[in-house]
Amino acid sequence: MAVSQKTIEEMTRNLQLPKNILDTLHKELEETKVTKKQLEEIIKRVIEGYEYACIEPCEAAGVVSAQSIGEPGTQMTMRTFHYAGVAEINVTLGLPRLIEIVDARKNPSTPMMSVYLTEDYAHDRDMARKLAWNIEATHISHLGSLSTDITEMALGIELNEKVINQREITPEEVAGKLEDELGLTVLIDGNVLTVRPENESYRELLQLGKNVENVTLKGIIDIKRVVIRKEDTIDEYVLYTEGSSLKHIADLDGVDMTRSTTNNINEIYEVFGIEAARNSIIKEATDTLREQGLSVDVRHIMLVSDIMTVDGEVKAIGRHGISGEKASVLARAAFEVTVNHLLDAGTRGDIDELRGVTENVIVGQPIQLGTGHVKLLAAKRT
Amino acid sequence: MKGSNKFSLLDHNLVPHHQLLSENEASQVLKKYNINKEQLPKIKVKEPVIQEIGGQVSDIVKVIRTSQTAREAEFYRLVIE
Repeated sequence: MAVSQKTIEEMTRNLQLPKNILDTLHKELEETKVTKKQLEEIIKRVIEGYEYACIEPCEAAGVVSAQSIGEPGTQMTMRTFHYAGVAEINVTLGLPRLIEIVDARKNPSTPMMSVYLTEDYAHDRDMARKLAWNIEATHISHLGSLSTDITEMALGIELNEKVINQREITPEEVAGKLEDELGLTVLIDGNVLTVRPENESYRELLQLGKNVENVTLKGIIDIKRVVIRKEDTIDEYVLYTEGSSLKHIADLDGVDMTRSTTNNINEIYEVFGIEAARNSIIKEATDTLREQGLSVDVRHIMLVSDIMTVDGEVKAIGRHGISGEKASVLARAAFEVTVNHLLDAGTRGDIDELRGVTENVIVGQPIQLGTGHVKLLAAKRT
Repeated sequence: MKGSNKFSLLDHNLVPHHQLLSENEASQVLKKYNINKEQLPKIKVKEPVIQEIGGQVSDIVKVIRTSQTAREAEFYRLVIE
């Protein structure tokens, strides 16, 4: 007699299995009729299979991960630019990018944001464009031309009417912004602005020209460029930015902050916290590897990102991070800058407890891995 | 969602579900793994998600991650300074 859905539910509820295995089990059971005895057997076999697939206790999981990421790493190209999705924005890829991720660099060489839009902006190209102008940093060079008039000792700025209309900025706003930033009076005459340096010297006039060019008139300072793309898969307009500043786009109308991301992991950590940073490391590393046509099991990358985020902050793998914090002097010395570590330990009078693997290999003792980790205790015969 | 200032961090795609554990739940977790608090992974009290859910130092946070391998995975972190 086949068992009911309810008994299946009851028998599988308290199983110590991952959710996806349980889900698959349920789905399969729905389609087939099984007796109680068969169900018991199925559950027994599933648990056996799961336990068989689990890693053995005392297995060197970290070493396996290191090799599994390291070997494909040797096949990566040294320097590749260009992003498969947005051809206009250059993004570091390949080995340099992977190194950047595991080194937990504060500022990646090519920061980039993907800004998703809210419902009312996402389907309208004009609205998306409008938002893009509010994000992209606008400088005077975008809006018109500068001319230095030496006889008058003045700097003339001729604004291009078409451009300022398109970017929705008025000559008054430009003048106001410049006055705030430079502390000088700006004269407005239609589309022509005139600024004079404080003192009538040629050098100051030239310096003023440079300063004017550096003023951000509109948008977010770090964002050099914004590219609008229609993503066919979700049928929405998405903004891609060169430069990254999540904090600032959060204040803008039309930005869907629940989906917008950046490739700057440190920024993710600051804005969304450590768990998001962990997810971001996994995503960036897998994407980098996949783009190169390499498939590394996600478990290895998960282990790396777990270790990087275990202490509540994003730490680098390597001398300045995980490896540099090992308790054992010998283990640290075996990694990099050997002499410094030994010398420092010597002057401090450090003691090595010889608990880890590396230091026991060095001194020639059995290591704490596999069978070496198991202690045998014998009961005294009485 | 208008006025994106008010968005909840927990709604973001990258942020898994965080919840604070009660005293009782916390001791059950520690018992289950047979460890003391300090052996748990850490999370900083200053970080945005903890601020949002109102965690205090030495609380334990349960994180329900969506895992690519197990679909759903539980993880615990100790809130530190």
